[in-house]
Amino acid sequence: MNQEFIISAFTENHIGLLNRITIIFTRRKINIESLTVSESALAGISKFTIVVNDTQDKVSKVVKQIDKLVEVLKAYYHTNEEMIYQEIALYKVPTEALTSSNQIESLVRQYNARILEVTSDYTVIEKTGKKEETQELFERLNQFGVLQFNRSGRVAITRSPIERLSAFLKDRDKLLASIE
Amino acid sequence: MTPAIQQKVNGADAILKVLIKEGVETVFGYPGGAVLPLYDAIMKYHHKVHHVLVRHEQGAVHAAQGYSRATGKVGVCIVTSGPGATNIITGIADAMMDSTPLVCVIGQVVAPLLGTDAFQEADVIGLTMPITKWNYQITSADEIPEAMAKAFYIARSGRPGPVVLDVSKTAQIQEFDFHYERCNKIRSYVPVQNLRVDKIKEAADLINSANKPYLLFGNGVIISGAEKELQQFVEKTGIPAAWTLLGLSAMDTDHPLNVGMLGMHGNYGPNIKTNECDVLIAVGMRFDDRVTGDVKTYAPQAKVIHIEVDPAEIDKIIKADVAILGDAKKALQKLIEFVKPNKHDEWVNEFKECYKIEHKKVIKKDIYPTKKELTMGEVVRLVAEKVNGDAIAVTDVGQQQMIASRYFKFKQSRSFISSGGLGTMGFGVPAAMGAKLGQPNRQVIAFVGDGGFQMTLQELGTISQYQIGVKIVILNNNYLGMVRQWQQLFFDKRYSFTHLQNPDFIKLAEAYSINARKVTKREDLAGAISEMIDHQGPYLLEVVVEKEDNVFPMVPAGASVSKIILEP
Ligand SMILES: Cc1ncc(C[n+]2csc(CCOP(=O)(O)OP(=O)(O)O)c2C)c(N)n1
Ligand SMILES: [Mg+2]
Repeated sequence: MNQEFIISAFTENHIGLLNRITIIFTRRKINIESLTVSESALAGISKFTIVVNDTQDKVSKVVKQIDKLVEVLKAYYHTNEEMIYQEIALYKVPTEALTSSNQIESLVRQYNARILEVTSDYTVIEKTGKKEETQELFERLNQFGVLQFNRSGRVAITRSPIERLSAFLKDRDKLLASIE
Repeated sequence: MTPAIQQKVNGADAILKVLIKEGVETVFGYPGGAVLPLYDAIMKYHHKVHHVLVRHEQGAVHAAQGYSRATGKVGVCIVTSGPGATNIITGIADAMMDSTPLVCVIGQVVAPLLGTDAFQEADVIGLTMPITKWNYQITSADEIPEAMAKAFYIARSGRPGPVVLDVSKTAQIQEFDFHYERCNKIRSYVPVQNLRVDKIKEAADLINSANKPYLLFGNGVIISGAEKELQQFVEKTGIPAAWTLLGLSAMDTDHPLNVGMLGMHGNYGPNIKTNECDVLIAVGMRFDDRVTGDVKTYAPQAKVIHIEVDPAEIDKIIKADVAILGDAKKALQKLIEFVKPNKHDEWVNEFKECYKIEHKKVIKKDIYPTKKELTMGEVVRLVAEKVNGDAIAVTDVGQQQMIASRYFKFKQSRSFISSGGLGTMGFGVPAAMGAKLGQPNRQVIAFVGDGGFQMTLQELGTISQYQIGVKIVILNNNYLGMVRQWQQLFFDKRYSFTHLQNPDFIKLAEAYSINARKVTKREDLAGAISEMIDHQGPYLLEVVVEKEDNVFPMVPAGASVSKIILEP
């Protein structure tokens, strides 16, 4: 049964690694729903967060293939329930729509969004949340004409256990030392 | 760690110095614009690193594969950018599939021209990413030592594989302070897992209480050098063992517990008994679909123990009840401690009974034919008899490959070299060339089809130039035989584009000053084989065989291994 999974991978920050990881999906015709890459808590180590919709069997195999890459420190996968995750969305609406009634302002309040920038022409609103929430706000705002909309990939951290990257690295050093 | 050395050299010289440091004695290559500085250095260091000039880059990469598989060392090939690079793609993919350690040094345009569609620029990193274990672009000379140290380490460690270094001409020319240290660890890379004794014990318990245990072994045994341990293990436990195509020669063919070959054209017993055993021990093999047939009906009754170095292979195709991650040699050593001495004579006898059936229905006709036409099987048998099991057999792909794997005999490991995973026609001749250069004191015999031979026959030029003493046996059925077989069996004999009009192979060999002989009659065969084996230097023997023979037994594609058929 298909289900959403969040794949996390800690990697060295090397050129080409994004490509190396995505071709693992392409080859198996698995669509990447969203992808976020950024530096982790440790300098020089990147964290990939990849959302896919597939069977656990396929996802677990893909994760092993990612883990196998020379420059990947560790890869694993979680269900949505096992992680706390958010996406961020930016919406640009005409400022006129904001000033002509108080509807947009009350949407901003209702959806826990915030206004980032107001000019005479446009207003930029920001909201973090789950995709359904940012999407719902998009649809509500779109009654007034959303000029631009952009949603980020997912950022996610596990509920448990706590991500102890530096401890992991220490263990890895020990492991490497133990292999002749 | 080796002591560091330091001196000012250019990148090209540095590459050669590294090759020497890594113990590389032979490289296969082809020059071009983007490797001109490198070739200058190759000339300079030629007394230490022997360079073999091939006739097509595909020949270089297959030769490096053959060299590596015959010796266990890392194979090295050197080619130019663009077309030189694209010409070795097939061999890189082949090495990836068959876990062959290679370092491919590929020239690249000067750094400022990268990404500009410069003359002979190809995106080598992008092209080879899915078919390499690792690849890296070098644009400045000071990257060379570390990148090359990593390349050799990654290629040979854990589950070996091909590594590509995309070396810009800029880096080859630049001067820098050279300093080399071999690599022995990379933070993000765990080549071999440490053995878990609890898993070993769990496996031993299963084995000790099994009634019909059965062991399958593959290339992993050869890669880890676990041949002795494998033999000790089966002898202590009395367990019958079957090899995969790539596991061939890891055990003596005539060992009483060696029951033969798995796979689509493997032996009868080894296939059907897979579905009768109670414990299946897989060592250094990856359950290729040519081995498993239909996975849903593959050994459903058996508890599976999988000894494997690559974690991604565990549960990939067949779910393991006990997975032992680690080096096959060490795993078997440990396992031997925990298993009880045992015998399974009745069970082993069942394999022998199967062999008798197969012998009567298939093997006898193949290797002792009574019909007029020559068969591939009798040629392979006669060659094997003549060399008395002490030769390296290299094959191309097709019927001749399956016949050679079925009927050649082995006494020594690393004696069967064939393109298994990728099934690359054209592999045979250049791989044999590489194998012979790696093992100059052993007989190297290439069994090739009339089709596959013509894919890389230009390497006769290399063989002739360096007088590489390979024996090439063309088993000429005038067809793309294996494809024709499928057309006969599954497409109502519609032989769509499988008939070949062939050149005069003997004249071809003669054009390259290679001794050659053509055999069409049985009475000439043994003599011709003797002449070939006894000849010093390269030799080409063409044997005209029955055009429409088929390889049996056969597990039809997608069928269960128990549905193996012995006759059409
Ligand atoms: C490069 C490549 N192209 C196509 C194939 C498909 N193929 C597999 S076996 C075969 C026929 C080989 O004919 P030949 O070399 O004469 O060997 P035979 O089967 O007759 O022994 C073909 C075309 C392949 N394996 N490799
Ligand atoms: Mg043929």
